[in-house]
Amino acid sequence: MNRLLNQIEKEARSIRDKILKRQKPSMRFPLRNLSNVKFDAKTGFFEMGRKTKERTLAVSTVKTFAQSLKMIALSKNLIETDDIATKREAYYVAKGWGEEVGFGDQTESDTVLDDVEALFLVNREQLGFVPEEKGGEVAGNLMVVDHDRDSGEEIPIDCTRFGSGAYSIPISVEDLRFESDASFVLAIETAGMFQRLVKHNYWREANCILISMGGVPTRATRRFIRRLADGLDIPVYAFVDCDPYGICNIYRTLKVGSGNAAHINEFFCVPKARFLGVTPDDIENYGLPTHKLSEVDIKRIDDALRNDPFVQHYKKWQDALLQLKKSGYRAEQQAFAVHDLNHVINTYLPEKLEQAGAFLP
Amino acid sequence: MTDQADSSQLELLPKEEAARSRSSRNGRATAQIMASQQREISVSEFFSRNRHLLGFDNPRRALLTGIKEAVDNSLDACEEAGFLPEIKVDIKQIDEDRYLIRVEDNGPGIVKSQVPNIFGKLLYGSKFHRLKMSRGQQGIGISAASMYGQLTTGKPAQIISRTKAGRAAHLYEIQINTTRNKPEIVREEAIEWDSPRGTVVEIEMEARYLRGRQSVDEYLRQTALANPHLRLIYSAPDGRETVYENTAAELPPEPLEVKPHPHGIELGVLMKMLQATQHRTLQGFMTQEFSRVSVRVAKEICARAELSANARPRNIAREESDQLFKAIDQTKLMKPPTDCIVPIGEELLLSSLKQSLNAAFYTSATRPPAVYRGNPFQVEVAMAFGGDIEPEGALSLMRFANRVPLLYQQAACAITRTLIDTDWRNYRISQSSGALPSGPLAVVVHLASVWVPFTSESKEAIAHYPEIMKEIRLALQECGRRVAEHIGRQRRAAEAERKKSYIQQYIGHIAEALQEINGDTPEATRQVADDLQIILERSRS
Repeated sequence: MNRLLNQIEKEARSIRDKILKRQKPSMRFPLRNLSNVKFDAKTGFFEMGRKTKERTLAVSTVKTFAQSLKMIALSKNLIETDDIATKREAYYVAKGWGEEVGFGDQTESDTVLDDVEALFLVNREQLGFVPEEKGGEVAGNLMVVDHDRDSGEEIPIDCTRFGSGAYSIPISVEDLRFESDASFVLAIETAGMFQRLVKHNYWREANCILISMGGVPTRATRRFIRRLADGLDIPVYAFVDCDPYGICNIYRTLKVGSGNAAHINEFFCVPKARFLGVTPDDIENYGLPTHKLSEVDIKRIDDALRNDPFVQHYKKWQDALLQLKKSGYRAEQQAFAVHDLNHVINTYLPEKLEQAGAFLP
Repeated sequence: MTDQADSSQLELLPKEEAARSRSSRNGRATAQIMASQQREISVSEFFSRNRHLLGFDNPRRALLTGIKEAVDNSLDACEEAGFLPEIKVDIKQIDEDRYLIRVEDNGPGIVKSQVPNIFGKLLYGSKFHRLKMSRGQQGIGISAASMYGQLTTGKPAQIISRTKAGRAAHLYEIQINTTRNKPEIVREEAIEWDSPRGTVVEIEMEARYLRGRQSVDEYLRQTALANPHLRLIYSAPDGRETVYENTAAELPPEPLEVKPHPHGIELGVLMKMLQATQHRTLQGFMTQEFSRVSVRVAKEICARAELSANARPRNIAREESDQLFKAIDQTKLMKPPTDCIVPIGEELLLSSLKQSLNAAFYTSATRPPAVYRGNPFQVEVAMAFGGDIEPEGALSLMRFANRVPLLYQQAACAITRTLIDTDWRNYRISQSSGALPSGPLAVVVHLASVWVPFTSESKEAIAHYPEIMKEIRLALQECGRRVAEHIGRQRRAAEAERKKSYIQQYIGHIAEALQEINGDTPEATRQVADDLQIILERSRS
């Protein structure tokens, strides 16, 4: 933490000294989007590139400049007092700075926070900011060993014993330990599908760990799955909707990380994850009911083909996306209910798992 | 033509000629018409019939016209005699609809023999063959005002005059003898008067005093504006006294008399000149009585008119004068001399406008002299923008002809038309289509000419000659450009000010955040804030 405080102070000093020399001070941030990540199959995650944007103090930038510095000052204070602020709380703290320097809505303050995080190349939790969003849920053949905050005593949590409920992934997962003899992790897009599999104790039958991602997995969920998969040395399979969002946003972020916070991807993604389904082929093979691709869907496919280094790296994904685009239809993972409510448990998953070697990368 | 200075009586025309000249739309013809009628009807009857032509159509306007005639006369007299004019105007309410107007000047005074002519004789003209820029075209003269007073109140006009310090001052009472249709001095006495020189005119009349756009107040304010050399003291009926100090310490140069240019002459006037000339030959008449007619040109005109150069002007009959008129029209002539026009001048107009109005920006432009139909003229424009000028509604327009304010018939005037036809949005001034521009703008337009072409006898609107409108437009555009530059500067300054205060809001926060992080002293933080201000100010543009 002292290293981070030094970094913060160094940045602030350099800005102050520039000002005292009557030169325009500036802050240099890494560029936070897909154009500034590269993908290497050897490392297996989106690595941040060298592109930066410079925020030089000028009339047009003076507000954001002031907001960034105030946010850095707040962060320093949080670190020094060993406190935390949720992103929402940070937004309200900024309201207290004054009308002119406060944020219009939380997306504005989140953007500044993300900038500051990238500026110091740290995880926002290190700066004292924690996200609002909850992590995913876990059920199945897994023992999570947590610690009591006060006594340090180990707390074993048996994920088979939540009945029809589930274990919630905490925001910080670094200190957790895992025990399991499961043979794989199944990361599921929707809470609905997760519930069905939990209800029918599918994890027992398949000897697996079920994790509900609830859309694009949070950093904590990604980190949890990563530690779990590495620690237990078992494969991770993703089960999401067959649509551009499921593939390009949910699965891709799980596997290689995001373009927005690329400096932390190394730890917050699961390079060994493979794509179980639903694939465009599955739609045909299983006769799934479909929906027409919307304009947004099509734009997302085109964007991925043009700009996503992960998709660009894998011919198979390009083919799959083109096949999807050509068909003009998408299907949801809960669509198997068309045949029978438990068709997914009895037929689809077992059949797919038999060909795990053929999963999309 | 000044009424007071030039008092030769108009020779009455034969009846049929007068009838014909009725068709020519020009002020002098009106005088002829009126003259022809005068022989047959009584003066008072004539006056009542024509009071609208003379500016006495209602009590409110009568008050204005009375003041106007007296003030114009005083100004012309002072200037002609070379005295820097100081005029006192005093209006007192006598009864509900009765006012006493009193106009005093420090001019040359009037000799006794002239008094009845000037103040009592309704109808006299000027020598047509002389042109000189003057105010005198307005109305029919002070005599009409005194007659109006006599007709509405029964009281004679009073005149006090002293022609030279040391000489006695005299008081005269002038009355029109309606049976003989002649002015008479009904009373005369030497009196004590503390002014060393000048004239006082007092007329009691039926009138109404109102303030506003077409009021005496406005007329005097604008008169002061267009005559920077005039010191004017005005006591209104309600007791307010206003002093308009002169911004110029010298009289304007005296306008030169010029002979008329043949292209500016009307047929009726030409006939009158043929009648009156002393020259024995047509060629002599043409070369001596007109400007820009050389012997060669005179011969060319005569040849074209199929008239002998040696013909006697008086003998040229009606048909022949018509031929002559057409021949003149078809002959190419040098433009008339233009050095006979005396504009107010850009600088004087500007300083005068500054005294008259409290604005944020002033500008003025005087065009070079130009010519319409053989008459030289010159246009001047001045503008004031912002400050105390009413920002709502149409602009405030002040029209002048030979330094005389035109308060009536704004819509019919070439000045107004030109103003409307100019696209003011080019000059950052708002304007709905077909309307006067609006905003905190005051516009002064002055037309100076040896002969101002009015649209009608009431002489309040300038005729739509393309040459005149072009000059007005060019002057308006020149001033408009400068006003637009001013508005641009103003907007940029406001924008810069807005940016400055925007920046200001964040400087404290930046300095404070840096202090929090670095733990700097308050002094260092103040230094940071000061330097930040400088950096951002510098980067502002």
